Amino acid sequence: MIRGADIVVKSLIAENAEYIFGYPGGAIMPVYDALYDYSDQIKHVLTRHEQGAIHAAQGYARVSGKVGVVLATSGPGATNLITGLADAQIDSTPLVCITGQVAAHLLGTDAFQETDVVGLSMPGTKWNIQVRSVEEIAPAIAKAFHIAMTGRPGPVLVDITKNAQVEFGEFNYVPCLRIRSYRPYVRIDQKVIDAAAELINTAERPYVLYGQGVVLAGAEEELKAFLDKTGIPAASTLLGSGALPQDHPSYVGKLGMHGNYAPNLLTNKCDVLIAVGMRFDDRVTGDLKRYAKQAKVVHLELDPSEIDKNVKCTVAVQGDCKTSLAMLTQAVQTNSHPEWMQKFRALENEEKEAVIANDLHGTHGGLHMGEVIHLINQFKEDDAILVTDVGQHQMIAWRYFDYKKTRTQVTSGGLGTMGFALPAALGAQLHDYKKQVICVVGDGGIQMTIQEFGTIMQTKAPVKVVLLNNNYLGMVRQWQQLFFDKRYSFTELENPDFIKIAEAYKIKAKKVTEREDLESSVAEMILHQGPYFLEVVVEKEDNVFPMIATGCSVEEVRLS
Amino acid sequence: MNRYTILVYTENFIGILNRITIIFTRRGINIDALTASESRLDGIHKITIEVTVTEDQIVHLSKQIEKTVDVIKAYYFTDSEVVYQEIALYKLPIDSLDPGVEKVIRQFNAHIIAAEKEFVVIEFTGHKEDTRALLEILKPFNLLEFSRSGRVAIAKPKFSVQEYLNNQT
Repeated sequence: MIRGADIVVKSLIAENAEYIFGYPGGAIMPVYDALYDYSDQIKHVLTRHEQGAIHAAQGYARVSGKVGVVLATSGPGATNLITGLADAQIDSTPLVCITGQVAAHLLGTDAFQETDVVGLSMPGTKWNIQVRSVEEIAPAIAKAFHIAMTGRPGPVLVDITKNAQVEFGEFNYVPCLRIRSYRPYVRIDQKVIDAAAELINTAERPYVLYGQGVVLAGAEEELKAFLDKTGIPAASTLLGSGALPQDHPSYVGKLGMHGNYAPNLLTNKCDVLIAVGMRFDDRVTGDLKRYAKQAKVVHLELDPSEIDKNVKCTVAVQGDCKTSLAMLTQAVQTNSHPEWMQKFRALENEEKEAVIANDLHGTHGGLHMGEVIHLINQFKEDDAILVTDVGQHQMIAWRYFDYKKTRTQVTSGGLGTMGFALPAALGAQLHDYKKQVICVVGDGGIQMTIQEFGTIMQTKAPVKVVLLNNNYLGMVRQWQQLFFDKRYSFTELENPDFIKIAEAYKIKAKKVTEREDLESSVAEMILHQGPYFLEVVVEKEDNVFPMIATGCSVEEVRLS
Repeated sequence: MNRYTILVYTENFIGILNRITIIFTRRGINIDALTASESRLDGIHKITIEVTVTEDQIVHLSKQIEKTVDVIKAYYFTDSEVVYQEIALYKLPIDSLDPGVEKVIRQFNAHIIAAEKEFVVIEFTGHKEDTRALLEILKPFNLLEFSRSGRVAIAKPKFSVQEYLNNQT
């Protein structure tokens, strides 16, 4: 017989959890006490805030493909996880969060640090459960890992009352392999594949859109094989970036509000649209009433609730795209589409002249964010991971970062969580200390979780943090400029001395204000062994283009 | 907009009802009526939801419900595809009982199921339109209270949750 708290830790070890990101407190103290005895089998990372813990777990999960594990106490510890849960839910990130809860006999009495975390987290979790006795602990954790990781991944929360943690019980871990009410995978019907292949074979201007589903399914090679055989142009969503190397001949760019010119514009010119592991988010589609109405749509998607949700499809291929892409590649004819591809390349040149040249190769005036990313590309390894926050810097970094490998893109996509990057970069770095993890943040977002410098200091994670400082909440300011008559309502920031802050946390830091110092500084940062903080003061009022304004059609993508 | 009945088969799991109702709340959709009970299968609960939505919405709602881990299956039907009933109870003061009330009870084939010194309780089962009609008729007789259940329904099309459970993929 062992304590419930030991069962919690031994269950996590049985699931091969490598890291726990957490923060102790009253109702989870027995588990922390147990952790003390298992530090040789599982590593715990003490963040400076529970939100930091969950974002770090997300960063870890996104780059590793494993479940991120979070540990927090009841009440405020648990409520501080809510933003991360919602973020992981909308971006399909597998997490298992364990929260302490007041003893079962105190439930519903407004006891100290009691909150209904199961109720609060319900809409932001794939599944959650409250465990009130010791014998329920191991089965609940087993079920949690199974649900988090299978099908469309997502966050799961297990709330464990304090009495369950201190009761004694038998430990006999049985992994959960199936749940009768939960069917995460379906058999793919050959007839549906044939119908999709027929559409693709007869298409004159087919067009592939791929999303994070490709990465989650581990279907990168299958996507590449499909594109190699068919020669179809392919564009990426924000979270799909990295699923296909950007030097692949089929790659034509990025989709969405601040994506590339050609991929957006030509969405309304294709005749067959093949969507793979993506969900037609409004930031990708713009006005749905004017989105790809001319096209027949083939949707390869695991989650049945995503099929026909935003865009009605002609052929729905429900199932794991690793399997469906392979079947589809078998069924389609070898083909090429040089004229159609040429249309993308021509528009790409227009965008290069109108936007990209100036973004990447500024010569006078303030530094552009794009110049920094361009230099990072020159010094980074192929498998360097880019972690970004939310806003202008995120869009610019995404637009210009040279994605060559899968699982190198970590950002808050669906939820748009400012403050995500710094802790997420820490989590990504802990998965592999040897990989380059480059965290690009804005001066707004970094201040939302800046306390995680402390965790970087304590773990010595060699994260490279690049602050693109324009002294504004830049994306909001851009919208104020374009849509609110330049009424810059509460978007200008009076910022602290970031260098002093970084140095206070013993992180090597440097500030760049001049163009001539940029290249050497980026090089110095990338080559530095430990954590490094580089602040680059950029043009205050730069805008991100191309842009599809809210309510506009993908055809109305503007270059200025 | 059409009236639909959704039949949801679930595991008997704490919080499952909440997980299902928040799917409606989040989309600003009102649930017209909801009943939960055991089903024919041991350990499996059946939730019957009546809702007035568009066809696109009912498809979307059903998929979202079925996505819930502890939901086994969700089916939706139009009114013509289900046999359904609602039970209504009417409380009348004793002194308002007269031949008029008796006539109404006979017409509707309603029943007096309780008689106390001060009041009687009339029970009537039917569709919402019928129980509402009786409500309007009884109001002038100093009706004291009215209570109506949510819909209970049996689907006409053949489907088997048992078969679904047996059929492993």
